[in-house]
Amino acid sequence: MKIINCPLNGPRNALEFVCAGEVRTMPDPARCSDHEWADYTFLENNTAGLVKEWWCHVPSSYWFIAERNTVTDEITRTYPAGELFRERVEFAAAGEGEKK
Amino acid sequence: MSAAESQRLPAPAGLLIDRSRRIGFNFEGRRYEGFAGDTIASALIANGHWLLARSFKYRRPRSVLTMAGQDGNTLVQIGAEPNALADRHPIAEGLMVHGQNYDGSLEHDRGAWIEMFGRFMPVGFYYKAFFKPKGSWKYWEKFIRARAGLGKVDLHAHHDYFDKEYLFADVVVIGGGPAGMAAAIEAAKAGGEVILIDENPQLGGSLLYARFDQEGARAAAVTRELTAAVAAAKNIRVMTDTTCTGWFADNWLALISGSRLYKVRAKAVVQAAGSIEQPAVFRNNDVPGVMLGSAAQRLIRFYGIRPGKRAMVMASNADGYAVALDLADAGVEVGGVVDINPQPPQSPLVEAVLRRGISIMPGHAITEALHSLGKKHVVGAHIERMTGEGTTDGKAARYECDLICMSVGYTPAAQTLYHAGAKFRYDHASNMYRLEALPAHAFAAGSANGAYDLDAVLAEGRHAGWAAAKDSGGNAGTEPPKPARDQGANGQTHPWPVFPHPKGKDFVDFDEDLTSKDLKNGIADGYDNPELLKRYSTIGMGPSQGRHSAVANVRFVARQTGRDLAAMAVTTQRPPYRPEKFGHLAGRIFDPARRTAMHHRHIEAGARMMVAGTWYRPAYYGTKDQRDQSIREEVLAVRNNVGLIDVSTLGGLDVRGPDAAEFLNRMYTFTYTKLEIGRSRYVLMTDQSGAVVDDGVACRFQDEHFYVTATTGGVDAVYRTMLFWNAQWRLNVDIANVTAAYAGVNIAGPRAREVLEKVCQGTDLSPTAFPYLGVREAVVAGIPARLLRVGFVGELGYEIHVPASQGEALWDALMEAGRDAGIRPFGVEAQRCLRLEKGHIIIGQDTDGLTTPFEADMPWAVAKKKPFYVGGRSVAIQNARPLSRKLVGFEITDKSVPVPEECHLVVRGGQLTGRVTSAVMSPTVDRIIGLAYVAPDQSEPGQTFDIRIDGGRMIQGTVVRLPHYDPDGKRQEM
Repeated sequence: MKIINCPLNGPRNALEFVCAGEVRTMPDPARCSDHEWADYTFLENNTAGLVKEWWCHVPSSYWFIAERNTVTDEITRTYPAGELFRERVEFAAAGEGEKK
Repeated sequence: MSAAESQRLPAPAGLLIDRSRRIGFNFEGRRYEGFAGDTIASALIANGHWLLARSFKYRRPRSVLTMAGQDGNTLVQIGAEPNALADRHPIAEGLMVHGQNYDGSLEHDRGAWIEMFGRFMPVGFYYKAFFKPKGSWKYWEKFIRARAGLGKVDLHAHHDYFDKEYLFADVVVIGGGPAGMAAAIEAAKAGGEVILIDENPQLGGSLLYARFDQEGARAAAVTRELTAAVAAAKNIRVMTDTTCTGWFADNWLALISGSRLYKVRAKAVVQAAGSIEQPAVFRNNDVPGVMLGSAAQRLIRFYGIRPGKRAMVMASNADGYAVALDLADAGVEVGGVVDINPQPPQSPLVEAVLRRGISIMPGHAITEALHSLGKKHVVGAHIERMTGEGTTDGKAARYECDLICMSVGYTPAAQTLYHAGAKFRYDHASNMYRLEALPAHAFAAGSANGAYDLDAVLAEGRHAGWAAAKDSGGNAGTEPPKPARDQGANGQTHPWPVFPHPKGKDFVDFDEDLTSKDLKNGIADGYDNPELLKRYSTIGMGPSQGRHSAVANVRFVARQTGRDLAAMAVTTQRPPYRPEKFGHLAGRIFDPARRTAMHHRHIEAGARMMVAGTWYRPAYYGTKDQRDQSIREEVLAVRNNVGLIDVSTLGGLDVRGPDAAEFLNRMYTFTYTKLEIGRSRYVLMTDQSGAVVDDGVACRFQDEHFYVTATTGGVDAVYRTMLFWNAQWRLNVDIANVTAAYAGVNIAGPRAREVLEKVCQGTDLSPTAFPYLGVREAVVAGIPARLLRVGFVGELGYEIHVPASQGEALWDALMEAGRDAGIRPFGVEAQRCLRLEKGHIIIGQDTDGLTTPFEADMPWAVAKKKPFYVGGRSVAIQNARPLSRKLVGFEITDKSVPVPEECHLVVRGGQLTGRVTSAVMSPTVDRIIGLAYVAPDQSEPGQTFDIRIDGGRMIQGTVVRLPHYDPDGKRQEM
C-alpha cells in the first residue's frame, strides 16, 4: 500500500485518502456553452504524466494538492490547496461583470 | 510391515523430526504413522508410499518433485480443505488426507484412460474443439466441467478463525538462509527493528539440506554461527513458517503465518529468498521417483529418509555431484552421474565422487525414465550419448534405478522482487535471469541476486543488511566489503536441459501436463511470445505458477523464433507468491458501530435496532411478532397524541463566519442570504451533474452562524464536499462537523407543546412567539439546547439538539414530562410511514444517483436567480429539456392487494416506465400509499399505472396529489 505524505498529518497509508481527480479550472458557468459545461462535468483529461490532483485525508477531512506521475504512480510533491488557490472566487450572474 | 523403519535413516539424519513422538494419520482410507515434524509427503514416503496425487490433465501418478512446496504434484485434500501441499503440511494425529484428480481410487484411477487420447488433445485443445458444430459446447461442457478444477469444495465446511496483525520494522529480511541471516545480523547492528522471515520451520535455508564441501561439514558450522548471532541480537524478530506473499508499494509486505495475515510496513527490505532448482525435460520426467537433487537432499536431511535404493543423477553443475555424495552417504547406491556438459565441472566434489567409485558419464543425458506398471515408480533410466544441445545419438542404454535426481540449474526466487518492481535481464554467462535494477529502499542478496558461492553469499548478505540499515536511517557502521559481481553463478545452470523424446510425455510444465511438443506447436500456431504462449497453452498457469516453467517458456520461444533471450522477459509475476486463503483476506472485520447517547434507553424500552449507515437506530419498539402492530401504534401516537424519536444520527454542521450565508447559497439550491435570524429553511444539495445528493434544514441562529442538518448517511460526504469547494473559493467561513457532538430528539404530535412546556419554562413556545420553521436557543430540563420547529412527520413538533453527553438526561426528562400525556417513543419505521403520509422524500431511497430536483418534483426548492450553486448549471440544462420520469405520490385503495415493495417496477405495455421507491399501508389514511417514478405522461393526479409485484402479478396504483395527509399543513403549524 502506498504512503501519501499529507501536508497536515504527515505520511499516512493510502487507504486514509480519497482522490477527487485532476485540478481543473471550472469554465464560467454563466457564460460557457452546454458542451463546455458537459466536458468539464463528465470528462477527465486522463493525462499520462505529471498531474496535479485533489486528495483528501478522510479522517481529518483535509484537502490538499498532490503532484503525481500517472505513469509511475509516484507522488512527487504534496502541498496545501492554498498554494494554488490564493484569491477569493466570485461568481457573476449571467449578464453581470466578469468573474474575478 | 513396519515400512517406516525400512526407509528411515538412523539419527542424526532427520533435522525436523522428533523420533520420540509417533503420530498416526489417514491417507486414502489407510492409517499411516510418522514422526512429529513429518510432512504428509515425508511420512508417506517413509512408509514406502510415494503416490500422492494424479496430474490434472492426463491423470498421471505424481509424487514429490521439490519437497519444498514449490510444485503442484503434491496437492492433497485434507478434510474440507482442498489443495494443501503434502510436502509442507505437517501431519497431525487423526488427520484425514486424500489424493486429488481421480475417479475411483488414487491407486486405480478409472479416468487414467484419458492419457491414451493425449495425441488427440493438442495444445489449445479447448480453443480448437467443441465449438463446431454450433451448440456442441453445451453437450461437452458438463464432461469438461466435471474434470476441471483441483480438489473438492465442501459447501458446508466449518469456519476457521483468521485474523490480521500490523507490524512495523526498519528492515525486513525475506529469507532466513545464509544471506538472509547475515543481512539481518548486520542490519541489527544499526540498532533498528529487524524482522527476519522464512517460510520453513527453521532458519538456515540451503545450509540445512545442501552440501557445500567434500566432508559436508561446513554448512553445519556456518548455521551454528549465524543462528547464534541471530538469537543474540535482541532487535531481530524471527518469524519462521511465515511466507511473504506480496511486496507492494512503499515496502508494504503481506506475510502469512498460519491463520494470520501480517500487514508489515518496512523502511527497507532485503530479499534473500534464494533460488528455485529447475527440472530437466525428458520422457517420463514426472514419474514418482524422479525429483530435483535438492528434493532428495531435503528428504535425507530434514526427514531422515533414504529416497531410493539405486539412483542415477543427471547433473550439469557441482551441486549434482554433491547430491551424489549425499545419496551415497545415505546408503543409496549411486549408479552414476550423468553430466550433460562435455566435461564435469572443476570442483573438489567431482574428485570426491570419483574417489567413492561412482562413475561419471560426461556428455550423456537421461532421455527417458522407465517405470513400473501403471507408472507408479521409476524402475530405470535410458541414457544416451549427446550429439549436441538437447540432441542424443538414439542408442539408449538401460540402467536400473528407483531414483532419478535432476541437478541442472536454478532460477532466482524473484517473485516478490518482481512485485516490488525490480528488473531482471537474462545473462548468457550464467544462463540465468539476473537482477539488474531495484526500486528504492529494496535490496537483494544471496542466490536471488546471483550469488552461489557460500563466501560470496555471506558477503552479499552482510553488505545488503548494512545498506538496508543505512537506508532506513539507522546508525550503520563501516561498510562491509562490497561483493564482486561474479559470485559463483556461472556454471550453475544449463542453458538447454531439454531432451525432447519422439514418443513425447517429456513434461515442461507438470501442473498442466504440457510437453515440449505442446510448446513447439503453440509457438507454431503463432503464439510466439511468452505471454501469448502462456495464455494459449496455459504454461505457468497452474498451482506452481511457473516456478519450473516460466524460464523454460522463454527459452522455447527464443529458440524457435531465433530471438535473443537477453531481450526477452519472463511472464509477469504477480502477487500472491503462494496461495492466500479467503480467510486470510477476510480475517476479522472491524465494523465501526455508532450508538447514540440514548442507546441503552431504547434497549430498555424493547427496541428492535436497525443499522443506518454505521449507526444503530430503533426500528420500532416491541417484539418481532408484534412488528406491524407496534409500528401502527407508534404512528397513531404521533398523529393523535405525542411521540418521541431519537434523531441524534442526523448530521449537524456549524457554518460560521461573514460568508456563511454566501457559502450556503453556493452549496445548496435555495437562497439563504435573506433568511431571518431564528428561522430555518430547507436545504437541497445537488452534485456537479445536477443530481440530488442530500437534504436537511439550515437554521440561522446568528447573522454569521448557521446550523445545517444533513442526512445520517450523507453528512460525512456533505462535510467533505463543503471543504473541497471552500479550499478553492477561499470564502471567510468556518465549517465544523458537529454530528457526534450533539444528541437530538424530535418530540412530535398534537400534545408536543404541552409536554415540552413542562421542561422548557424559559422560552415562549406559543405559536406566535415560536412559529413553524422557527429556531431558538433554549434551556430544556436544565440543558442548553437548540430547538427547531420542523415538520418532517407532519405534526406539531420540536427537534431538540443538546450536547451528546446530555442526550440520555434529555430523553429521560421528556419521557417523564410526557408520562401523563402518554408519550410514546417511536422508531424509524413509524417515522418512514409518517413522512410518507406527508409526501416527504428520503434522499437515497426516493432518489438515486441521477435524480434531478425536477424529477423529484421539487422545483420550489431551486432558486432561479442565484449566480451560482454547485450543480446549478447542470440543473439549468436539465430544466431546458423534457423530463424523462417524475416522482409522484400514489395510492391503492383495493384492500385485497399486498403492499408493493421498493423497486417493484412500473410497467406499461411491456415497457418499464418507472419503479416504486416507498410504499406503506398507512394507518392514518387507511390505504396503501407510496412514492413512485412514472413516465411524465402518467404523472397527473387521477392517472393510473401498473406495478409489477413479486411473482409477476400486476396491481394498479393511482397518482394522487401530495401530501396524503393534512394537505394544508395546519397540523404542523399549530
